[in-house]
Amino acid sequence: MATMPILPPMPVLDLVKSFKLKTKQQELLIRVSILCLVYILAFITRLFSVLRYESMIHEFDPYFNYRTTLYLTQNGFYDFWNWFDYESWYPLGRIVGGTLYPGLMVTAALIYRILHFLRFAVHIREVCVLTAPFFASNTTLVAYFFGKEIWDTGAGLVAAILIAVCPGYISRSVAGSYDNEGVAIFALLFTFYLFVKAVNTGSLAWSLASAFGYFYMVSAWGGYVFIINLIPLYVLVLLITGRYSMRLYVAYNCMYVLGMLLAMQIRFVGFQHVQSGEHMAAMGVFFLLQVFYFLDWVKHMLSDTKLFQAFLRITVTCAVAVGAIALGLGMLSGYISPWTGRFYSLLDPTYAKDHIPIIASVSEHQPTAWSSFMFDFHILLFLFPAGLYFCFKRLSDATIFIVMYGLTSMYFAGVMVRLILVATPAVCLISAIAVSATVKNLTVLLRSKNKGVQTGSTKGSSSSKAASKALLDQSQPFQKNGAIALLFGAFYLLSKYATHCTWVTSEAYSSPSIVLAARGAHGSRVIFDDYREAYFWLRQNTPPDAKVMSWWDYGYQITAMGNRTVIVDNNTWNNTHIATVGRAMSSYEDEAIEIMRSLDVDYVLVVFGGVTGYSSDDINKFLWMVRIGGGVFPVIKEPDYLVNGEYRVDKGAAPKMLNCLMYKLCYYRFGEMLTEYGKPPGYDRARGVEIGNKDIKLEHLEEAFTTSNWIVRIYKVKPPNNRW
Amino acid sequence: MESPIRATRILGFIFFSLLFFVCRSAPSHNLLISNAERRIDLTSHIVKVYLTLKVENAGSTPTSEILLAFPPTQVDHLATVEALVTKGKRKKTTLVRLDVKPTELPDVPNGNKYFTIYLANPLSSGESTTLEVLYMFTHSLEPFPAEIGQSESQLVYYRDSALILSPYHIKQQTTFIKTPSTKVESFTRVEPTNRAGTEMKYGPYEDHPPYSFSPILIHFENNSPFPVVEELVREIEISHWGNLQVTEQYTLVHGGARHKGVFSRVDYQSRPTLSGASSLRQLLARLPPRVHSVYYRDEIGNISSSHLRMDSRKSELEIEPRYPLFGGWKATFVIGYGLPLQDFLFESSDDRRYLNFTFGCPLLETVVDKLTVKVVLPEGSKDPSAVVPFPVEQHLEAKYSYLDVVGRTVVVIEKKNLVPAHNSHFQVYYTFKPIFMLAEPLMLASAFFLFFVACVAYLHIDLSIRK
Repeated sequence: MATMPILPPMPVLDLVKSFKLKTKQQELLIRVSILCLVYILAFITRLFSVLRYESMIHEFDPYFNYRTTLYLTQNGFYDFWNWFDYESWYPLGRIVGGTLYPGLMVTAALIYRILHFLRFAVHIREVCVLTAPFFASNTTLVAYFFGKEIWDTGAGLVAAILIAVCPGYISRSVAGSYDNEGVAIFALLFTFYLFVKAVNTGSLAWSLASAFGYFYMVSAWGGYVFIINLIPLYVLVLLITGRYSMRLYVAYNCMYVLGMLLAMQIRFVGFQHVQSGEHMAAMGVFFLLQVFYFLDWVKHMLSDTKLFQAFLRITVTCAVAVGAIALGLGMLSGYISPWTGRFYSLLDPTYAKDHIPIIASVSEHQPTAWSSFMFDFHILLFLFPAGLYFCFKRLSDATIFIVMYGLTSMYFAGVMVRLILVATPAVCLISAIAVSATVKNLTVLLRSKNKGVQTGSTKGSSSSKAASKALLDQSQPFQKNGAIALLFGAFYLLSKYATHCTWVTSEAYSSPSIVLAARGAHGSRVIFDDYREAYFWLRQNTPPDAKVMSWWDYGYQITAMGNRTVIVDNNTWNNTHIATVGRAMSSYEDEAIEIMRSLDVDYVLVVFGGVTGYSSDDINKFLWMVRIGGGVFPVIKEPDYLVNGEYRVDKGAAPKMLNCLMYKLCYYRFGEMLTEYGKPPGYDRARGVEIGNKDIKLEHLEEAFTTSNWIVRIYKVKPPNNRW
Repeated sequence: MESPIRATRILGFIFFSLLFFVCRSAPSHNLLISNAERRIDLTSHIVKVYLTLKVENAGSTPTSEILLAFPPTQVDHLATVEALVTKGKRKKTTLVRLDVKPTELPDVPNGNKYFTIYLANPLSSGESTTLEVLYMFTHSLEPFPAEIGQSESQLVYYRDSALILSPYHIKQQTTFIKTPSTKVESFTRVEPTNRAGTEMKYGPYEDHPPYSFSPILIHFENNSPFPVVEELVREIEISHWGNLQVTEQYTLVHGGARHKGVFSRVDYQSRPTLSGASSLRQLLARLPPRVHSVYYRDEIGNISSSHLRMDSRKSELEIEPRYPLFGGWKATFVIGYGLPLQDFLFESSDDRRYLNFTFGCPLLETVVDKLTVKVVLPEGSKDPSAVVPFPVEQHLEAKYSYLDVVGRTVVVIEKKNLVPAHNSHFQVYYTFKPIFMLAEPLMLASAFFLFFVACVAYLHIDLSIRK
């Protein structure tokens, strides 16, 4: 342009005004920034362990997941899918591709590939470590949308904030806890959200999405059984309460049929959806829905009510009869497998204790104590009933769902400690409804007061009772003060919740359990890195084909960090094999050597806390080995290891105890060791007693390695003596 | 380990016969060594030999080349040869380093190998000069017994000749051998032989013809650990934003007598001097000053047992392997650290840049069997060339790091059999335009810009079919 028109001088005020946002835009901006902050908060609150220790994989199962992910990234998906692992369950081996939920590994490998495609040269370990926090962040977003769907945006925001820091969820999703649950909770909540959305809209797209969500969940975690039972239950409740609608019909049928077909693609799940007792409820409800739809259609066609009643009676009877006969036939012919022990133990908390010691021996399968509810939920425990009250007050398809989810998962959380995790999203959502609804009511009250002309009622002391009724009765005095007091109370509680969550995360849930930290005499931090010391020794200084026998807890770690073949590991699929190891550990040495030779054992690894006072060692786990071993081999009897029903390792211990392999391996040459001043040599600090057998001679084994703090001791099985 | 030792024995016999055999073909008959003194230091696992030669030109033509001969078994273990000549008068003598190069000669008796020392000034007839020669052998101490238990001490064999192998006539020679302790099980006597304390003296021997050889075998206690780095990969990454990142991957092995039988922690903790005396408990790495963000880890995570001490001239990193290394035990680990770039990167006169960095392994008293130095130049740098003070193998690679599109040029330098004496500086020259530094920030900025534009576009476009 040759000539520029001169702009008229614009007043500065107008310029500012043109940038000023409308109220709706302001609200959006605040909402988006809160969500962003929550997203970041959920991520960084899980990084305590990385800052305190290092970027490392935690606990036991994550090591297997890490090892398989490594294999997946190195060898590609097909090799991973067809992987037969010779390094575990010697001599049986394990078909890895067919016995795991690949969702987690595929997710991590995919993130890794994407990052590398974008030229971020990260190590796969970093991806694995940060997968759980990343998915936790995503869960907060899902919680927001879920809350928005069942209540309103306010509840959604509060739910996002609550779930971002809730210890019940953090316990399984800190950085480094690279376990199925890390992504599965995201998948679970996402599936539920999509399903509720589908029910609310009746849209085929949403139910299709929920089927894919379900597929992801199936690929990620065995907890998908919860979804496939809760959703039919929910549909059933809607049917019974007369809330059947076309929307529900579309949502459930699409989700079930497609979800089932997709889930069958996971090798570990296979045909369970049509063959296992745990999945039959979903199928039953599916057929029931068809009957319902059919009846609805007939009702529509028939104008005669009487005729319809008769028809209804016949159809329902026939349908139920056919269903029952099919189920009975399936059960009898063995086509439909009965419920598994794990499922039983969920319904009946005492079942595992009597029938499956291997499930009962795991600490996270114990029934939940009240304290851990308090620890993991804090104020949510009190907000939960309040939220239920609000849900019942405004009953809809969505709130019915969340109520059912909350109640059932709460029951399961009571049965098993680890299932607190499943209950957490429901508890957070329901509590968020309580918080949001309360705060909203109170602020509405405050705002309406401001507009009014009553000025006299603000005087005097506030009474909470009066304030709670203030909404109902406009003429109540002290409304404003009461509302303010209640608001302050709510914020006090919520801030307490935040501090509690941070404290719990930092103190209880952020230790990798591979590296143990303690306070030294001068207040300095002492690190016991004995596990890795031992595993690395195994990795570097034993023959590559050496077989290591240890209790199953350490199996995954030995294969992942030690890179050596193990007899049993944390995938407790073969009870007999584990019982054999338990039997070897609880037999006398010359009996045990026979078992070990038959299993080609080269090294035996035991974990011993007597020097450091580390209490979760093999001596304290020993009774479970006896029980599990005795469950298969009746030669091993638990009373032989007890004295008057008491478990002891000192002089008064049972003779069989003092001479069994585990005792010998743990306490070999411990009698010469001075552990604490003022105590005799051979003083076991983990149990606080002087050991009973100080003169231990080993005949067929020799000490190969003991870590610097004695936590891991490795013995070598000597070759048989020459006969002449 | 086995075959070279056997070869040593066989060759020992051959050389023994050589005692009575005077070789005829030597390149410079006119040179002779009037006095030779050799000091062999056996205190660590690197055998250091200090040779003082007084060379005399008895011929008529001036010569500037002096030959050193080594039997083939020793040459395989020879890590470095240095020759120095003293200059100046008594008070202000300075040592001048001379060129030493391996030389192939025709008609070599018994497969001996030669190194030629090139004198700065030719030695004219009748003149004499004094040379200081220093050479080092690795893997030359053979543990015997080859396997020891935890409480036993480590005994080793050392094989050499009482007489210096030389293509020249030696008028007078003496050899001193220093052992780490007074505990010597046995040693070959070639009279006159004396032993006092930790030192053995072979000689003086008078008038020995060229290629005289007299094998000796010393069996003595050497309880120092034998840290051998089987493979070391040093990656030096240059970032023109001001950082030099060094990553060193070690495969460490204890090269001494193999550990056999039990490892008892009680004994090891309660009697540290008696039990596992030759075990490798810790290592010291000498790093450049102003080092930062040091880490020490392995495949399964961080190793917490390390200490860093820093002063203005050097940084010392004291590392302990996860477990004490007994003979034959292995450990792999990684050490990484960052350094300020201005200490190591300079501009040369022809507008090129060059990195000046130490070559060898920063661990003290270790032998490196194979060293690979990778210098990762910044993306966009051209014409790399490396200047290393000793013969090495070189090639180029490409590496993709964060946000790299065309990849970084990597200069790979490989060398075998290194001792701490190789820790000298080397240079890598390259040209680099500073504009390339902005490539990655611009890429990131444009990616974010596109993302926001996409967001804006999405919010303003209505994609629904229904109206």
